[in-house]
Parts: sequence; C-alpha cells; structure tokens
Amino acid sequence: MRIHEYQAKEILNSVGIKVPTGGNAENPDEAFALARKLGGRCVVKAQVYSGGRGKAGGVKLVETAEDSKAEASRLIGSRLFTEQSGPNGLLVSSVLIEEPVNIIGEIYISILANPETETHIAMLSKFGGIDIEELAEKSPEKIKRCEIDPVYGLMEYQTRDLIYEAGIDIDKRKSMFRILSKMYEIYSKYDCSLIEINPLAITDAGDLVAADAKILFDDDALYKNSELLELRDIGQEDPLESLAREHDISYVKLDGDVGCMVNGAGLAMATMDVTTSSSSGPANFLDVGGGASPDKVCEAMKIILSDNDVKKILVNIFGGILRCDLVATGIINAFVSAESKDVPLIVRMAGTNAEQGVSILQQSGLKIIFAQNLDEAAIAIGEN
Amino acid sequence: MSIIIDKNTRVLVQGITGKEGSFHATKCLEYGTRIVGGVTPGKGGTKVLGNIEVYENMKVAVKETKANTSLVFVPPAFSPDAIFEAVDAGIRTIIVIAEGIPVSDTLRVIRNIRTKENVRLIGPNCPGVISPGDKCKVGIMPGNIHMPGRVGIVSRSGTLTYEAVAQLTHLGIGQSTCIGIGGDPVVGTSFVDVLELFNNDPDTDSVVMIGEIGGTKEQDAADYIKNHFKKPVAALIVGKSAPANRRMGHAGAIITGKSGSASEKISALRSAGCAIINSPAQIGDTVNELSST
Repeated sequence: MRIHEYQAKEILNSVGIKVPTGGNAENPDEAFALARKLGGRCVVKAQVYSGGRGKAGGVKLVETAEDSKAEASRLIGSRLFTEQSGPNGLLVSSVLIEEPVNIIGEIYISILANPETETHIAMLSKFGGIDIEELAEKSPEKIKRCEIDPVYGLMEYQTRDLIYEAGIDIDKRKSMFRILSKMYEIYSKYDCSLIEINPLAITDAGDLVAADAKILFDDDALYKNSELLELRDIGQEDPLESLAREHDISYVKLDGDVGCMVNGAGLAMATMDVTTSSSSGPANFLDVGGGASPDKVCEAMKIILSDNDVKKILVNIFGGILRCDLVATGIINAFVSAESKDVPLIVRMAGTNAEQGVSILQQSGLKIIFAQNLDEAAIAIGEN
Repeated sequence: MSIIIDKNTRVLVQGITGKEGSFHATKCLEYGTRIVGGVTPGKGGTKVLGNIEVYENMKVAVKETKANTSLVFVPPAFSPDAIFEAVDAGIRTIIVIAEGIPVSDTLRVIRNIRTKENVRLIGPNCPGVISPGDKCKVGIMPGNIHMPGRVGIVSRSGTLTYEAVAQLTHLGIGQSTCIGIGGDPVVGTSFVDVLELFNNDPDTDSVVMIGEIGGTKEQDAADYIKNHFKKPVAALIVGKSAPANRRMGHAGAIITGKSGSASEKISALRSAGCAIINSPAQIGDTVNELSST
C-alpha cells in the first residue's frame, strides 16, 4: 500500500526527522492560507501516487499566496500524467504547500527487503536527487549498502559504518545517524516494503531536511497495524481495482482490449502473454484465486464486463482446488445480470470438473467459443 | 527415484482439522502419500479422515510417527510459528502453502532455517511437490493430470505448473518430480537449489523451468545451468505483456529495474543453452523437441 508524500512526511516528522514547514491543502483557499503563513513564497506539490511529478508539471515554485491559490486550483481535481501513472493519469486530490528549501547538497536514503541476500538493506548516497536510478545503473559504487539482519535489525555500528563509507561530512554524521535509526524504526514497526527519503536536503543553514519522501507498506502485514488503512487514498486507484480489492480479487487494469479471467497469478500472466500474439493485448490482469466461490467468480466477471475497453473476453481456468463447474455457474450469474452481453466470450477449462463446467456453460444459452487449449484460445481471440 | 519426496516420505499435516488442511490431506492420501498424522493444538488425541491421528504439537507428533516432512496449512499470520515449530521438532522438509505471509516474517523464518543443517523450506505461497512415480504428493496440485516419467519441473507458479504438466502428459511425457517453489519474492528453496537436486537425480533426464518477471532468481539459475547443469532445460518466462512497475498478484512479479524484465531473463537463459519456450501454449512441444534431439 502506498501513501502520499505529505503523509509520509507527517510520519517522519512525528519521529523527529525534519521536513520543510508547510501542510496539505485540499482546496485553493487552504493553499492560500498555508502559503500566506509561509510568507507567500512557496512550493506547490501535487499529491499523487507517482514519482516524476516535477517533469509532469506537478511541482511549482510560486512567489505569492495568490499564485499558490491559482496553482492549487489548476492542480486539484485535474489528472497528472507521469511516466508511471498509466494512460488515464492520476487524480490530484490535494497539494502540499511547503517553504522553499535552499539546497546545497542532496542525499539519498532508503530501506527495503533484498531477496538476493535474504536480508533487509539500507542504501545511502551523497549523490541523491532525481537521477538516482541512473546513478544506480551507471555508478552503483556511489550508493553504499548495508545488509540488515532480519532478526537482530540495524546495528549501531552498521549505521555508523554506512554513514562513514558514504562520505557524509563529519559535522552531519550525528544527525544522519539519528535519521537512519529513526527510519529503520518506522520501517520495522510498520512492516514497510520501502521507506525512502530522496533527497534528504543539506540546506544552506546546514540542516538535513527530508525534501521528498516515499513510504510503502507490505499489504500482507497491514493486519498488524490496521490504523494504517485510514491513510489509503482510494481516489488514486482505478475504480475497478478498488472494486476488485473489496472482493479480494487480484486485478490490475491494463491497456489492451482482451478481458482476462484466470486462476493463479502465473497462469494469468501466461494467458496475458498468449493474447498479445493475436490481439492488442490484455485489458487486465485478473487472478480469481484458488478457493473462489461462484459469487467471487461472478464479481470478477462483472468487473471485466463493466470495463468499456474490453472488446472480447478470455476465461482460462485450470481447476485444481478451484472447480470448473463452480466457475461456470459464476460466469452465467454475471452475464444474467450484465447490461451488455454481446462481447465474444472464449472459454478454456481444464482440470477439476472441467467437463461439468463446459456442459453447464453449453446449456446456459450463452454464446461461447470453447477452446481445448491455450493455442486454440489464442487463435479464437484473433478470429473473434 | 525422484527428488525431495518419494515413497518413503512420512508426512505430518499442520492444520489438518481446518477446511483446507483436511480437504488436501484427503487428496494426498488418495494419491498414495503416507500421511502419518496431523497436528492441531487443542485437538490432540482425536482422529480424522478415517484413521489419521491428530497430535497436540509437532514435538509429540514427530516422536510418535517418525515423520520427516510437514505440509503446513496454517493461515499466513500463524505460518511462521508453525514453521519454527516444525524445525524445532526435527522435520527436514517443510512445505508451506499459505499466500500472504509478510516479507519481514518470511525473512526471519529463512534466517533461522539457514542456520540449520539439512532443513529445507519450500514456499511460502507454493503448490507443493509431487513425485508421480512414487505416488507421493505433498501439496495442492490435482494429482490426476500427472504421469510417471523422467522430466523434472520447477516453477514459481501453481496453476501454470499444472498447465505445463497437462501439456506434457497429453504428449505422453511423464514427470519425475514437479516443484512449485512459490510466488513470493523471498522463498526457502530457489531454482538453483532444485536444479542441483535434478542434476544429481539419475531418474531425471531433462527439466522444464518456468519463471516470471521480477527479481533475479532466473538469472542465477541461468548462471548455474551454464556452468554446472548437465541435462537439457526448456525454459519459459511469463509476464512479457506486463507493463513495468505494476504488481501482478505475485509480489515477486514486479519489474522494478532492468534486471527483472522478461527479455533480460530470456536472454540469460538462452545464452546458458536453454531451449526457450516462446509461448505458454508450447511447453509440451518444446520438451518434445528437446527429447527427440
């Protein structure tokens, strides 16, 4: 689960890590009031679940409170198109109003899990800023790393060593130590998938200030800290993705026109790959799950049917725990209640109770093209 | 012969009285697996599924049954504890089906397992292991699609493994052992671990390896295949059509950088000498060509 920059900064601030003075504005008047408190000159930052906001016109330095109000009214309610936002952009639900920081240096810090070493890892570089990914690719040695034992956690000596190796100036090392320790504390307390400050600005006054921050929480650990759920901004999600999450269906909206319903994530990706050979590609990733009931299958199919981009549908079920006859019942229920039913439906069923599933569908009166295997399914998609 | 599990494998089912545990324990028994008991705290002393003894804890269960393998059907929040319990009771192979264990918990569990000799964790978030020739199935895969034979399968996925098996069986190509290593970013047993076992298994002639976008475990496997593996490998990587930076159900399947992309994995496996399976529809055909050349 992702949260907004302003929320991440509130969490950092709550443990004593400095962030620029300011606040989140949900409308232009709030933006005006916040800017006036800062003396007029301020940065207006669109709050969306995406990086690359600056390049997309979502971050602007303004000189007066009036200008910040104008910028806020331009941004709030609009959609921001970044490299990561997808074709529909992301809704700007609020703007963060902050005092400008006079930056003389930029530090990069992050903590995340590292599957390669089976540990957590802290990364620190004094060459932070927006080009960190390029740096990681071209000069990885400039980003210092420290493996964190998942049982013992980040040790004090490791923190000191990391700061020393990264070449942080001696007068900043004490503050850096405190910041890294506090970041690890948050990371560990809330089961984060990522905590990142980039940049941690070195100001002309010599302070270390988190100028931008990102926190991701492990979805599977949210049950341990359910208060975090209140931080979720549903407006940032595709409406169909939110609906799917409510029904515990794993769904990702994509750009193509073939609606896919599959059981299992691996088979779902395989099915998506098959559709690209004979069509414009998948309209979605959808894993209905292992122990799905007819109701869940029905909801999944309704989600696909309500997607206007879907021009044809491919159902690919390999029954294991999931029984094909129950899937068939779910599909029929969805079509009975659907408004538009004239989308070609291609069904491939194999495994547990596949024959019963196919026969239930055949008797339903729905117009269905049956495929024996993935090859036939791919051909049927091309022909319909 | 086979790897990891065979006809001598003695299995305890942790969480045997739950809905999933009892359903799949039944299916394993029907397949021929030697389920020697189950464990559910608070229900020790009862019997389930005909004549299967339920024990109060793993310590007692292992002592009474001499089990060497456990199949864990405990919900994700309680799975780490169940795994630690199995390790402490002396179980050697622990197969964890649960999907949704927090990564920080899995890391702690694996940190513990790595300090033990001869303890193997498979999963989490996996379908388990099946050795058709030994009539031994420790997992949730449909047994009837398999047939005994000499092709090993290792995969990060569940249902996609069934797909691969079905295509092979359809062509009359049997399997020695099929292993789903799990879809999570951090799992107990890697592709390389399984390939090492297949390398030394006289009854496995060739291997189908099925990977996904995200992470670099397939590249590690490619390195191993290039330098050490003596048998032909057919490899499939799925997720080519997935856009970058989107999570596709499996937490591991995120393209976060260059090293997780399908194209990079495919080129690493190709240069390691693997036969690349171009479409998920052609798994069987590719293996067929592999064995005829």
